[in-house]
Amino acid sequence: MNSVPDPILKVKNFSAGFLKDGIVYPAVDRISFDLKKGETLGIVGESGCGKSVTALSIMKLLPVPSGKYIGGGIFFMDKNILDMNPGEMRSIRGNRIAMIFQEPMTALNPVKKIGKQINEVFELHRRDLKRIEMEKETLSLLEKVGIPDPAQRMNEYPHQLSGGMRQRVMIAIALACKPDILLADEPTTALDVTIQAQILDLIKELQRESGMSVIFITHDLGVIAELCDNVVVMYAGRIAEKAPVAELFKKPMHPYTTGLLDSIPKFDYKRKTRLKSIDGMVPSITDYPEGCRFRNRCIYAFEPCSLKHPEEFEIEENHKVNCYKYGG
Amino acid sequence: MADKMETILKVENLKKYFPIKKGVFRTTAGKVHAVDGVSLSALRGETLGIVGETGCGKTTLGRTILHLYKPTEGEVYFEDRMISGMSQKELLPYRRNLQMIFQDPFESLNSRHTVGYILEEPFVIHRIEDKHQRRLRVKNLLDKVGLQKNSLDKFPHEFSGGQRQRIGIARAIALNPKMIVCDEPVSALDVSIQSQILNLLMDLQNDLGLTYIFISHDLTVVRHISDRIAVMYLGRIVEMAGADEIYSAPLHPYTKALISSIPVPSAEKSTGRIILHGNVPSSVNPPSGCYFHPRCPIAQDICREKYPEFKIYSSNESEHMAACHMAQ
Repeated sequence: MNSVPDPILKVKNFSAGFLKDGIVYPAVDRISFDLKKGETLGIVGESGCGKSVTALSIMKLLPVPSGKYIGGGIFFMDKNILDMNPGEMRSIRGNRIAMIFQEPMTALNPVKKIGKQINEVFELHRRDLKRIEMEKETLSLLEKVGIPDPAQRMNEYPHQLSGGMRQRVMIAIALACKPDILLADEPTTALDVTIQAQILDLIKELQRESGMSVIFITHDLGVIAELCDNVVVMYAGRIAEKAPVAELFKKPMHPYTTGLLDSIPKFDYKRKTRLKSIDGMVPSITDYPEGCRFRNRCIYAFEPCSLKHPEEFEIEENHKVNCYKYGG
Repeated sequence: MADKMETILKVENLKKYFPIKKGVFRTTAGKVHAVDGVSLSALRGETLGIVGETGCGKTTLGRTILHLYKPTEGEVYFEDRMISGMSQKELLPYRRNLQMIFQDPFESLNSRHTVGYILEEPFVIHRIEDKHQRRLRVKNLLDKVGLQKNSLDKFPHEFSGGQRQRIGIARAIALNPKMIVCDEPVSALDVSIQSQILNLLMDLQNDLGLTYIFISHDLTVVRHISDRIAVMYLGRIVEMAGADEIYSAPLHPYTKALISSIPVPSAEKSTGRIILHGNVPSSVNPPSGCYFHPRCPIAQDICREKYPEFKIYSSNESEHMAACHMAQ
């Protein structure tokens, strides 16, 4: 990476949530992070921690009418995405910022041929291209993402492809316009480990070529270690810890991060010994506890934790934690 | 582990084919070779792990062992009695001893029954004791799996995924079984909940002397809980060895690739990853010779012609068996 480039995407004090019975429950609550050019940022957390809502908000794709953008801002190239009108948004979505989803079978259109679905992106964003040129581009894209005999595959339907191949098609669609940012929402969760390794390799390779930024959302800390430069750990809609990837695994600070890391069985553990675990479960969005949302499961919890949610506290440059144990 | 290494389960050349019906007359157009000649045995009190990717037949194997599917060919012996070929009525007393824990805690519990009823049902089916006694037993069960007594009158939807899996486990141990087939019991759960359930399973094994067949696609989880591990590929076992040995000295190239493609959550970037090309072939028309040869990095001519014999390579910790022409 070159010398501290300006962040391409800034999420500032952003909150979003869902309307239920007349009350808006915040699924993400005052989160802030930056994405630099060429960086791979991992967002990790368990189900319901708000990681997918964050990604959908960046694309401004929260479900209507229940999804609500509550406050703060998401700045792409210094323009707030939340203030953009649908027309402006459409010129960004799929063009400057693209997304791959978890389940390629539901994200692809089952009644359209693969080639046609990739072509759609060009029809929307690159009208200057001639039909023949579009087809050529599609072919080279399929080749780039490693699909064997692309000319034949172009004329096939999603159900004729395997899970890994479908995910490759999704990646091809996302990369069609050479986006500045790729949002990957658990793209390998539905895949087998050997196929996951192929896809992670492909994303790394493509990123090296194009220099795009990637936000990689997953619940798998192993994948984070493999792929990312920096990590944001989320819990119950709030950020728990932010750190460079090596830092996070060497010196995890937040009790949730350490708990999570300890609870994963590892190859150097003695077999059949009890694993450490985090007691209790993730609170539901309708009844988050007062103060720090992790405190009911936290072994270090003390008085201040029940009063107010801890603010971000900088431990080292780039390593920030939201926990009273360290200050804040 | 038990002092006496006594075989509790023996499976010989087990096969399960599913016919593919086509056309108006539902004629059989082909067969899915889900389980294709599996032989294994489990010792009393041990955990035998079965790993493999989607579609390798691990779930079908588990279900065929329990006779939830009728085997196409082969025998299953439980405590030296052949249970394959028994009628439903003859099987009933064996069902008490052979239980199952399912993958999806959201689908394996009847949503219209209370937890009390779900847990009482096994006693009713096997006509054990009267209503009052059963109620006591159910309360006891809840205690054993770490659920509160007031859960009795609640419905499954009132519980979280981890708690539901506890209900599933309580149901499986209700009749004091000798063996439980656990089919991906933690795959649907969040990381921090996974370790709670794994701990519970290990505790119950120690307390009740259970034998587990533990089916999973997650090699780290399987290694932690198992004594021995069998690796399946396309309906066959390709390698079987002690849990530590299969990880430290794998013989089969598929096992090697599987182990190397697990992303490890640590600060050091893993090196020497073997990335397999291509996809798992269809089990309707398995490839000639060794089923793995189209993806195998070291395949030779002989691999394309002949399926390798499954034989013993060493017997340090436990027998280390593999089916590969190239293994040494």
